[in-house]
Formats: sequence, C-alpha cells, structure tokens
Amino acid sequence: RQGKLRLQKWYTSQTDKSKKKITREIIAAVLSRKPKMSSFLEWKDLKVVYKRYASLYFCCAIEQDDNELLTLETIHRYVELLDKYFGSVCELDIIFNFEKAYFIFDEFILGGEVQETSKKSVLKAVNDQDVIQEEELEEKRSVLEDLGLA
Amino acid sequence: MAMSTTMDQVVKRAKDSFGQMFDKSLHDLVRGIRNHKDNEAKYINEAIDEIKQELKQDNISMKANAVNKLTYLQMLGYDISWSAFNIIEVMSSNKFTFKRIGYLAASQCFHEGTDVLMLTTNMIRKDLSSSSMYESAVAMSGLSCFINADLARDLANDIMTLMTSTKPYIRKRAVLLLYKVFLNNPDALKPAFPRLKEKLEDPDPGVQAAAVNVICELARRNPKNYLALAPIFFRLMTTSTNNWVLIKIIKLFGALTPLEPRLGKKLIEPLTNLIHSTSAMSLLYECINTVVAVLVSISSGLPNHNASIQLCVQKLRILIEDSDQNLKYLGLLAMSKILQTHPKSVQAHNDLIMQCLDDKDESIRLRALDLLSGMVSKKNLMDIVRKLMIHMDKSEGSHYRDELLSKIIEICSQSDYQHITNFEWYISILVELTRLEGTKHGNLIARQMLDVAVRVESIRPFACNQMAILLANAHVFIIGSSSTTVAEVLYAAAWICGEFCSYLKEPQKTLESILNTKIILFPGHIQSVYYQNILKIITYLIQSSDNDEILAKQLVAMTIDKMSIFLSSGDVEAQERASITLHILKTVLKLIEKSEFNVNELSALFDGVLNPVAAKAQRKVAIPNGLDLDAWINDPPSESEDESVTTDSRHDNSGFFYGKHEENYSSNSYSNETSNYQQPRNYVEPTTDELEKQRESRKQSENMNPFYLKDSKKTKLTQKHETSIDHSNGNESMPSTPGKGAIPANLQISLSDQLYRQSKIDEENRRLKKKSKSDGGSSKKGKKSSKKSDIAAIDENEDDIYPTVQVTRGGELPEGVTESGHEDNDDDIGSRKNKKYDPHRALNIDFNEKPIQATYTPPPSQLKEPSKKLVETPPVS
Repeated sequence: RQGKLRLQKWYTSQTDKSKKKITREIIAAVLSRKPKMSSFLEWKDLKVVYKRYASLYFCCAIEQDDNELLTLETIHRYVELLDKYFGSVCELDIIFNFEKAYFIFDEFILGGEVQETSKKSVLKAVNDQDVIQEEELEEKRSVLEDLGLA
Repeated sequence: MAMSTTMDQVVKRAKDSFGQMFDKSLHDLVRGIRNHKDNEAKYINEAIDEIKQELKQDNISMKANAVNKLTYLQMLGYDISWSAFNIIEVMSSNKFTFKRIGYLAASQCFHEGTDVLMLTTNMIRKDLSSSSMYESAVAMSGLSCFINADLARDLANDIMTLMTSTKPYIRKRAVLLLYKVFLNNPDALKPAFPRLKEKLEDPDPGVQAAAVNVICELARRNPKNYLALAPIFFRLMTTSTNNWVLIKIIKLFGALTPLEPRLGKKLIEPLTNLIHSTSAMSLLYECINTVVAVLVSISSGLPNHNASIQLCVQKLRILIEDSDQNLKYLGLLAMSKILQTHPKSVQAHNDLIMQCLDDKDESIRLRALDLLSGMVSKKNLMDIVRKLMIHMDKSEGSHYRDELLSKIIEICSQSDYQHITNFEWYISILVELTRLEGTKHGNLIARQMLDVAVRVESIRPFACNQMAILLANAHVFIIGSSSTTVAEVLYAAAWICGEFCSYLKEPQKTLESILNTKIILFPGHIQSVYYQNILKIITYLIQSSDNDEILAKQLVAMTIDKMSIFLSSGDVEAQERASITLHILKTVLKLIEKSEFNVNELSALFDGVLNPVAAKAQRKVAIPNGLDLDAWINDPPSESEDESVTTDSRHDNSGFFYGKHEENYSSNSYSNETSNYQQPRNYVEPTTDELEKQRESRKQSENMNPFYLKDSKKTKLTQKHETSIDHSNGNESMPSTPGKGAIPANLQISLSDQLYRQSKIDEENRRLKKKSKSDGGSSKKGKKSSKKSDIAAIDENEDDIYPTVQVTRGGELPEGVTESGHEDNDDDIGSRKNKKYDPHRALNIDFNEKPIQATYTPPPSQLKEPSKKLVETPPVS
C-alpha cells in the first residue's frame, strides 16, 4: 500500500533503469485508483490488471488483445497457491521467504504463459524440490559431522 | 517439515554448523532493513559491503546466501549488476539448492545486454540436459527470463531435444520456452514448427495446452501460417473442457477468421453454444469478443447473423447489469465494439447505458459516454442530451463534467450536425452550457456557436438574440478564477451579434452592452472582437435609420464617448483596434457635421459574406499553368551586385519581406542606404495614380484567377424542403424568447427544455399527419408525397418526419474541384494502421516464402532501445 515492491517478474528484457521507471509509474497509477473502481486501467499501449489482497496489490501488464478476466483468474490462482503453500499467507511470509514465492511462481508460469493449471501439481513440484534441498542439507551436515566440525 | 523449509532455515542450520562464519542470513537482512527505516540506505550499503566480503570466501553455501540477499536488494532497487560473475558461480554449483538460488538471481537481474551471459552457454546446456528434471526445469525458467539472441541461437537445438523428453513436465516447459527462442531468434521458427505442431496432439493435456499457447501467440503475428491447423484446433475446441485452453483457442480463431471467412461461419455455432452454456465469465467474454470479431470480418450476412449479435448484446447486458465493476467495465468495452457495426442492436440498450452514467466509478462512466456518441440518432438525440444535461447538474468533479460537456458537443456536432433537427434547441443548449462552473471548454462552446451561426443560415435570427442576451449579461463571466475559459463565449457572441446584426431585435441595446466598460477585464482577443463589431452595429443602425442624421450623430457621439476608455486596454491588438474604431467614428462624426457623410462608405468596410472554407480547400487548389513553385519569384541575389549582397545577407528578414528593392520600388529611395541597416527605411508612399494602377491590375488578376476566394453569388443547396418551412412555422408558435434583461440562469424552465417539449409535440404532430396522409393514400402533391408514403411503408424509417434544416456542410472549395477526396480518407486509415505498432513483428514470418526472411527485426525490448542494444551486446567470440 505504501508502494513498496514485494515481488517482480519481467518477461521482456529491460534494463534496471527502465524497470524502475515502469514500476514507479504503474505503482502510482494503481495506487491512485479508488476502491470502487474496476480492476483494469490502460497504461501506454498495455492494459494493467490489478487486484488487491489485504495490503498487497498484484498487478499484471498485458497486451491489448489479452483477456482481462483470465488475467484476474491467474492472479487469483497464484494467491491461492501462496496461501496453500504458506498456510494463510500474509505479507510477511512473502517478504521473508521471497525466493519461495518466486519458486512457486516459476512452477506456475513460464515465459509469461501459464504452464500448469492444476494447483496440486504446482505444489507437488515445489514440495519435491524442497525435499531435494532438505536432502542436500542433510548430506552436507553429515559431511561436516564426518569432518568433526559439527 | 519439508514444506516449511526455507532458505533461511537451511542457512540457519548451516550457520549452526559453521559457527561464526556467517554474518547475516536473509532473515536478518530483511529484519535489519525493517528496523532501520530512517537510515535504510546506510544500513544497506553496510550490508552490501558484508556481502562483498562473503562473496570472497571460498565457500559455495556462503556465496549462495550472499547472492540470495543480493536478489532481495535488487528488488528494492539497488544495483547488483557488479555481482553478475558471482551469480554465475552459484548457478554452476552442482547442488540443486544453490543452483536454484543462482538461477533466480540471474532471472531477476540479467537482461539481454548483460555481457557475462556469453559465458553461460555451456553451463546452461549442461543444466538443461540434467538427469534431474527439476534442475532442467530451473534452468528453463531462468532462461525464459534472460535469453538473448546468442543464447537462443546456441541453445535452440537443446530445447528442441527437450520437447521429446519422456517427462511431460519437461516437454511442457520446453514448448513454452521455444516461444522465447523464436522471439530472440526468429530464424528458428520455421525449422522448429513441425515439431511444435506435433505437440498439439501430445498425449499430455498440459503439453497440448502449452503448444496451443505458443501457437496462439505466434498466430497473432502472422495468422496465415497457422490456417492449416484450423481443423486440429476445431477438434480441440469442441473436445476440451479446460477453460484456460479454450480461451486461447478461441482467441486464436479470432485471429484466423479474417483470412478465412468460411472458418468464421463454422465457428459461430460452437461459440454461441459456449456462450449459452458456460458459467466462466472469462470464457464468456472471450467468446463474445470473438463472435463480434467474426461477424465484423464476414461482412456478408450470415443467416443467423442477427441472432448471434442479439445473443452477444443480451449477454453483455447481463455483464453490465452485474454489480461487479470489472464485468460492467468489460461489458461496456465489448458493447462499443458491437456498436461500430451494429449500432441498432446497441441502441436498444440506451437505458442501461444511461444508467451507467450514474456509476461511482469514473472509468465506467467514461466508457458509457464513449458508447453514447455512437448511439445517437435524429430520434433520440434530444433525449440523450437532455439526460446528459441533467446529469451534468448532479455530477461532481470538474474533470468529469468537462468530459460530459465536450461529449454533448461531440454528439451534437458529429457528421456536420447530422442528427440535429432543431437548431434553436441546440443554440439554447450551448448557451446553457456556458453556465457550467469552471469549465475549461469555453473555446469549444464558442467555436460551436460560431460554426452553427455561420453554417445554418436559418438559425441566425435566433442565435443573434441569444447571443445578445449573453452580451447583456457579460458581467457574469467576470469571475476571479482563471481556471475557467468560459468567457470565450463572449468572443463568439460579439462576433455573431456584429456580423449578423440585422437580425438583432434591439441592436441599440446590444450596442450598449458591447460598450460595457468592464470588457477591458477580458482577454485581449475578446476585446478586439468587441471593438471591431461596435463599428458593424453602428453602421447597421445608421443604415436602417434612413440616414437620420440626428440619430446617427447621437449614436456616434455616445459611442465615441464610451470608447475612449478602451484606448487604455493593456492588450496591444485590442488597443490598436479600439483606436482605429474610435478614429473612424470621429471622422464619421466630422463628416456628419459637415453633412458630407455617406453611410455606404462606412458599410463598404464590412461588405461581403463570409463563407466557411472546406478543410481541404487549400490542398485542392490546383497549381495554375505556368506556376513553378520551385522557381525564384525574384532573381536570387546575384554574386556580381556587391552592394545588394551585403544588404541582403545582413537583413535577412527585411530582405525577405521587401523583396529586392530595385525591382519593386524606385531605386533612388534606397540609394543612400547600403551600410547602416539599422537606420529606419523610408517607405515612399506611392502616388494615388500608382495606387490606382496597382489596384486595377490586382482586380484584373483576381478576376483572371479562378482560385481566388471571392464570395460566390450563387447559393448552394438552394432547394429548401417543404418540411423545413413547416418547421419555421412551428417556431413562430413557440414561446417567444425571454426578454433581454432576463438572466437565463434564473429561468424556471430552461429554454432548451421548452424547445425540447415543443419539438416533441411537433414531432408527434408530424407523425400523425404523415399517418393520416398515407392512410388516405391520396398523393396530391405528386412525386414528393408518393415518395414519402413509400418510405412510410418501412416502419423503421421515420427520418422523414424530422424537419430538414439547411446546413452548409463542408465548405467552399476551389472552383472545378469536387468534395470526393476519398484518397485522403484512405491515407488516414493507412496511417492509423501503421501506428498500431506490433512489438512482436519479428515473428511475422511467412512459412511459404522460399528464403527465410533475412532481414532481422529485433525483438520487443530491443526495439524500444535499439541504440542501447548495439552498445551493450558483446561481440560474439
């Protein structure tokens, strides 16, 4: 709500400078909307679709002939995924585990296209990867133990 | 357990293992930033220094932790591009945990211009073909963000191989990633296409969906290539139950139908079935949009064409009536698409759209306004405008009110006032609009008043007297606020009253209001028009008084007396005009006293009629024979004439305006003036003989020149319809215009409302009359009435019951030129099409073309910053 960026994902190659500029402009445009307004606004030659969940705004910039309602569903699906993964997700979960939020996103969307519409499959893939990570950690610990460091 | 494992916990446990070696986990960093809100930058700079230390350690988990923290800082807007090499190091770790962090960092901060990317090709290739599907997937996700032309070229085959993986999880990603490859390396499209096509029939629905997504994107760029796939898509559409996929397929068909109308005909049925059955709004919306697009592209009527449009409009009505603002907004948006081709279907929902004008959401109100302009007809214009006027009174926010005002003017004036049947009503609407507080559109209203008065001859008496009321109440426009421009209407009012003063009911009173001393408070250009028109009204008054010298003298003396104050106007032009007017009047007074005054000398100043000139007139002026626009009018300064060269080059401007002196004026007047160019030039006045000669020759050349814009004696469109006479009779019976002193704002019922009611009564009467006429079937009046009853047979067409008011449309064109001018319109459409710029144009590749398009069009972001790209991309080694 204060216009702080929590997560961002770009599907067109942009320099840091232009990313910052675009982010600033879109945040300003979205924050200036009143609560009763629709979730769509026109921004340059793109359409911005946004939805507010508690204190977080989720925004997508889409092309002219993209479907706004489908984009809203995509946003909602992602929020559901976060919610399932973290268990009633809140802003702090995303701030402190931002890399997890990205990992979930990458399982859901690739190159700007939805790649997996089943929530179950997305979460299974994320959890599988967490298990791999866990195993690697155990491995590491046992190596350290072997070396007498732990 | 596994689910809640986060990197922090990993690090924390590792920290336990390593003891003091870790300074800060990501958790600590985030918390630290939140605790240092006052000096965030300082805290972060310290943290970055620590991170730099950590990156120097020879410990991969510490490096990964550092990179993870950097990714977070990058999101906050800090530059971490310096760490690109460290990121690659972490990406190349053989531990999945670290590789994932490395790829995430890369996907967030690398872009196609990042120069270390060229070092990554082999590492990414290795990761793509990893035996662990998750490693491969991580590499693909990362690559989809930072892929550039080099990577796309070098890795295209590896990605193609992944499309044949045994795991759907991998195939799906490879298919989606392929689109990014095409974008960055369009040459890959043609050879890869057959395999992509196979994926449409992949056993896994997820892979199918991915292939549909990619082809849908591709087809937006060049639909022609994908027409052959229509049968496959058609089958998918009728069998798939996945709405995500259905939407994409339907979108794809939307792109294909303009090329193949038969496809459109085939689509209508399944699409309308979906519209009937689906409960998913996103799918419904997509279907409606596609049906509309299909019906637009098949201009020849389908048998159930109208039924489909009706269905769409009905469904849209449900969307618009929904309490969800989003559906309302999109419903209106889709309506406006239908409006362009089927205005009648949309007009039926007039009520609904008017309701939307009351919506809380301004963006919805504006959408509804957009629709209105396409919905007006002769029949409903007055009703719609009336509602808008009422609406304007209620609405808040000057921006929206101004928007309403300009919309009212737009819908009334569109296609040369095509829908206006009663111009008295329109003038009174314009007058009422001037009461809108703080409007920015004073200019717009003024222009309309002028335009209507000039173009609609029959309205001039009414307009003049309405304008006279405005002038009499000019004081209400003296408002302190500078944000409003409503005073501009006085500019129009003064000119109309002056130019058409013969229609004024009480010209002398109008003259007195114009002589209001307060007008020096108005902007200069308004004053100027005032001063200029004073003279016109006086001239008329004297003319119409039958040379009553006493009256003339009195009038002129009074005006001279009042005008002297205008000499102190602060605006140079206004002051000058006041001065000229004043001196002409003084001369007139002198002549009257000597009894030598002839009013015709005065009226000669304002002789002639001002006709509107067509917008294209200038362009249509043919170049006369023998005129060479590139030739010098005067000889170019010759090198030999030293003197004149020096003067010309020094005087630049004066040389331009005066031309070469020797040729135009007697050279002796300039003979002494060669060196001191600042010395004022002595303009030698030509003798009266010379003047007379010049005038004669000019007149002659004017007569010879067919393109000279002289006022034409012949009147255009002289034929006045019977109905318009009816109409003017109707006027006479109307309540007379309110007295001059009345301030329109105080009227109980506004004038426009009175006129509106009268108009409705007239309309009804005419309808009855027509009915009785056609019932009787007797056609006494020959051609015309028989034609009328023919039209009456078609019930819908009621246009003939409306009065036809003669409007001078377009404007004067040079003789011998017709208004056809289609070529201009075509140009306009062409340029509009060009403007719609497609960033993915690179994918517009024709598969049937023999040589693959060699011209490389850069992908989107490169197009935005082409110069940057050239600088930043390292040469391929």
